[in-house]
This record gives sequence, structure tokens and C-alpha cells, in this order.
Amino acid sequence: MLRTVTFFTVLLLVPPAALAEVTLSGFIQQNTAFNTVAANPDGRHYKWLEERAQIKLDATEGDWRLLAKGDLAYDHLGRQGASEFREGYIDYTGGNWDLRLGRQVITWGLGDLVFVNDFFPKDHQALFAGRPLEYLKRGVDALKLGAYPELASFELVLAPNFRESQIPDANRFWLYDPMPTVVNRETVIPGQGDLGLRAYRDIAGYDAALYLYRGFQRTPSMRPDNMTAPTRITYFYPKLAIYGASLSGRVGDGVLSLEASYYDSPDDRAGNDFTVPNSQTRLLAGYQIQPVEDVSLGFQYYAETMHNYGAYLATLPVGFPVDKRWSHTVTTRLTQFFQHQTLRLSVYASYNASNGDHFVNPELRYSFTDKVWGAIGANLFGGKPWGQFGQLARNDNVYLQVRYEF
Amino acid sequence: MKNWWIWMIAVLLPLQVLAFSGEEVMKKSQAAFLYPGKDFKARVVMKLINRDGQERVREMTMLRKNMGEAGGDQKYFMYFFRPADVKDMTFMIYKYPAKDDDRWMFIPAINMVKRIAAQDKRSSFVGSDFTYEDVSGRDIEDDSHVVEREEKVGNRDCYVVKSTPKGVDSDFGYKFTWVDKANFLPINEAQYDKKGVHYKQFSADEIADVKGIPTVIRRTMKNLQTGHRTEVAYLKSDYDLGIEESLFSERFLRQPPRKWID
Repeated sequence: MLRTVTFFTVLLLVPPAALAEVTLSGFIQQNTAFNTVAANPDGRHYKWLEERAQIKLDATEGDWRLLAKGDLAYDHLGRQGASEFREGYIDYTGGNWDLRLGRQVITWGLGDLVFVNDFFPKDHQALFAGRPLEYLKRGVDALKLGAYPELASFELVLAPNFRESQIPDANRFWLYDPMPTVVNRETVIPGQGDLGLRAYRDIAGYDAALYLYRGFQRTPSMRPDNMTAPTRITYFYPKLAIYGASLSGRVGDGVLSLEASYYDSPDDRAGNDFTVPNSQTRLLAGYQIQPVEDVSLGFQYYAETMHNYGAYLATLPVGFPVDKRWSHTVTTRLTQFFQHQTLRLSVYASYNASNGDHFVNPELRYSFTDKVWGAIGANLFGGKPWGQFGQLARNDNVYLQVRYEF
Repeated sequence: MKNWWIWMIAVLLPLQVLAFSGEEVMKKSQAAFLYPGKDFKARVVMKLINRDGQERVREMTMLRKNMGEAGGDQKYFMYFFRPADVKDMTFMIYKYPAKDDDRWMFIPAINMVKRIAAQDKRSSFVGSDFTYEDVSGRDIEDDSHVVEREEKVGNRDCYVVKSTPKGVDSDFGYKFTWVDKANFLPINEAQYDKKGVHYKQFSADEIADVKGIPTVIRRTMKNLQTGHRTEVAYLKSDYDLGIEESLFSERFLRQPPRKWID
């Protein structure tokens, strides 16, 4: 209902008579992901099985623009049809300022599947279930204001309501659960919104940016009502403030990306509440080169460190998995094009040296025509049973995507 | 007649002035082909055609702004219409004659701006038979240029310039360019590999007058080894539109202004 109201409000805000330039586009697609190791916890053999159609309306008149993007899907696993309001916003472009109001996808930062300053909601399930890349990001309902004076460019994002990231669903994915016997569970979504700010400019040929976020963790923490005999688990989203910076530019034959951020955890500044993430520093260094024609190689080193490790260790209940103070991850991506860039091979691999967590995603994508493409790929996970990827070890899958675009 | 040699020089002088060196011809050709106007806009339709005649179409708006004199820095902005899976993608190049370009790409699927590595100007542009250099120019200083002869192509008088890369790391051996003496546009270009095999052929298929500037509005690049070719039409070509420098920024990469990309 809310979606429908928002959609029509957006439509009404722009006088229909003034719509000089309107384009309609969209796609229909089939998306299947087969389990290769084990059936889902609910016994199904597919991680994903759906047909989906998307319609996109794009209208422009003068300094105004309206964009609306909606999906209709039939999910065979849930045995139901569903509609999804992906994006819908109006833009106004002024001389050295602009605004965007409505549901919008925002991506900041430089990481490749590593997020340091991209604190906007994601759909982790989409990534792990072999859905097309665009479904990795979820829109936020927000007002984005841009100001572009000579000094630097500024973007301010104000969201009246918090939107969480989508984590893998326990019916489809085998996940680590420290208290599997507790069935009484509830989720509390923050009643407030959040705020993000980015300032960026060129410094001697390098793209430099500063980031600020005040809001909440996008993925939930869990808190049992009682440690010794829990009967109820509450999922909640702890407060979060982020102060970050990034820099990217040409170094040698490639592009160097550097990112750093301080994750301040106001609900657990002392670090002695094990249910709330410790304050952290996150560091990322990436390098991308093109060694030969149509080949791109990317490398990333990513580190996270806890600020109150002593307090974390001292208060972590016995039996809970212990994280290390430092977490070091390396990733690599190879992308190669063939046949006049109509065939693309891409392999992404991530390995965490601190806990052995790993994730590999090879994919082959072919454009059969200018309107039809298909992809076949795999998601392979491994590591410790409680690690980010290790807990997904039984969820390995091979996926297919076929899309007709119009 | 003690100073007879002065008279000799005076007689020969006009000839010396009129004859251009290979490098001068290529500089003038670059200025006429890639630098005319303060800025330039065109709707570019590229047909990638394989040996069997199957076509793929890449369509984009290309905007170019000169940052100084011919042969100097340029900024390019491209917005893709086709194929459907790259619609709304934008691409920006800061081109510097003496060093590697800076390139940025906006990926609409995840709303992300990415800087991309670009040390290889000889790589294919969007999968076509044209390289980045073919689209935005090769540094004159990278090759030595000699006017080999002069001959007619159709009814056009042309200089035939042989260009040989100075460096050893180049992927081609040499090339011949037929440069129209009247307007300095390249009419034909034949690229040879290091073994001396003719493997790529460029032709300017149609030249039109746009705001008084002779402009190649249809061109073809053919790969003679694979039989694959790319035919390019520049529709709605126009010059001196007053494209602001601010267009070439991350702001507009993310939100390309409709008035420039139609």
C-alpha cells in the first residue's frame, strides 16, 4: 500500500502535461540457482528460482526528471507472486545544486564487494543466491541534496526511515546460529532515520572524498533475554557513526584506491557488550590494471580492527566463537572479454587470512544478441562455521540468469 | 653576379615553404580530424559486423571539449543508448597527449562511479574494430612520419604519410595515411603488423560540411585478418555548442544532463 501511494505521489508531483520526453524500458528474466552441496534448510533444492519482469519509466522536462522502476516476480520457492518498488524519484537540477527525492540506490566508496564507506543498504542474499549484480543494492527512501561550489562537491542524504540490509533467509540458507533451540525471535527496526554526507574533489589528479554517517548498523545484532536459559532472541540494529575518507588515482600503469574509516559504535563505546559490534577501523587498498587488451585485474587488501579488544574478550560468553583483533582479507578479480566484448569471463575470489573464510564467484556472461544475454556462474563458500563465508559452506550453488531487455 | 646563390635560394624558397614534412602533415591532420571547433557533439552509431554479416549496434552520444590548442588536452563524455544492457552507462576520458588518459565509468546497475585503468590506448573501443586511439587520437610524437608520395584518392589529392612507431613495444609495424591536401582529413589508413602484413584498413566514407568544418560523418575500420568490420555514422554532428567544462565531472557522470545527450 505504502509503495503504491509513494509511486502515485511521485507521478502526481510532476505535471503529466509537462512530460516532454518519456522513455519506457525494461526486461524479463529467468533466474535459477541450484544447490550443489546440500538442500536448503526447508528441503528445497534451489537457492533461487523465479521469473521476473521490470518496467522503467524515465521522463524529463527541463530541469525536472522522474524515474520509476518496478518489478513483478514469481518466486517458485515461496510459491508466490510479488511486486517490488525498486526505485522511484524526482530530480531537480539547478545551476550548482540539485536534489533527488524518493527511493534511490546510492553507492559511495571504492571497494569491489568490500564496503568501507558504502553504508547504504544491500541485499547480501541476492549476491549469494546468484541474482544479477543490480540486486546487490537496495534503494533508500531519502532526500539527497547536492551542492557543487568551486571548493568541492557535497552530497547530503537524509532518510526519514531506516532501511536495513537484506541478510540471507534462514529457510534458504544454512547459517551459523549460536542458540539454535530458541525459536521465539523478534526483530526491532529503529524508529528513526539516518544521515549520510560525502564531500569530494580533485586533488592533484586524484579523486579525494570524505564521508560521514549517523545512523545504525545495516545488519542486525542478536540479544538473548537470558544468557544461561534463553527463551527469546531479539534482533536489533545498534547505533553507528562512520567517519571515513577515500583517495583514488593513477599510480604506475594502474588505478590505486585507498579507503579508511572509523566505525564508532555508540551503544558499546566501552566494548564490553558482546551483542553490539565493537568500534572498528576499516582499511582498504586496491589496485587495478589492464595487463593486456580486454583483460582487467584487480587486487584488494582489506583490514578490520576492533578498538576495545580486551573488553570484548573479557565479556564474551564461553562457547561463543572468538574473533581476532585484526581481520585481514585479500581479494582478486579477473575480468576478460572475448568476441568483441560480447563474452565476458569474470572470477572474484576473497580470502580472509585471519579465519580462513573464503568466497569464490566465477561467471561467464554472453550477449546472444543486443537484447538477450545469459550468464552462468557459481557461488562457492568456505571457512570456519561461524565466519561470514564459512557459515555459508553448505550453500554452494550454480546459477543461471537469462534476460531479454527492451 | 657575385650573389647568384641568393637568387637560387629565392627561387627555391616557395617550394620549401609549400612542402610539409610528414610530422607537419600529421599534425594538421590531427587538428582537422580530432580537434576542430572548441567543442563537438555527435550521436554515434557503431555497427559491429562479422564475417557472416551479423550486426551488433552500439549507440552513444559523444561530447568532446578542447582544453587548449589543437594537439593539447581534451575531455570526452559519452552516454550509451544501446545495447540495452549498457543503457544509461556513461564514460568520461581526460585525454593528455603526453601521458596516459584518466578514465571514469558510471555503472547504472549499482549507481557506482569507478575510475578505470587505461594504459593501453591500442585496446578495442567498446568491442569494435576501432581502438581508443582511433577514436581520440594517437600522440604524434609516438611515431616518426615521412611523406612517401602524393597521389589521388578518387578526385582528392592526398599526401601519403608513412608513420613508424618510435618505441619497440608497439603492436603494429607501420601505417600509411592518405591525407587530403585540401582539408587535411585522413581519407584512408592502412595499418601493417610487424611482419609487414596489411591487417587493418580505415576509410572515411562520407565527409560533410558542418558549420563550415569538413567532418567525417561516416567511417569504417576493417580487420582484414578476421573479416570483422565496424561502420560508424556520426549523426547530428555539431560544433561550438558552448559545452561547459563542469559537464566533465562525477556529478554529471551520475546524472547526465538531458540537453547534452539527446
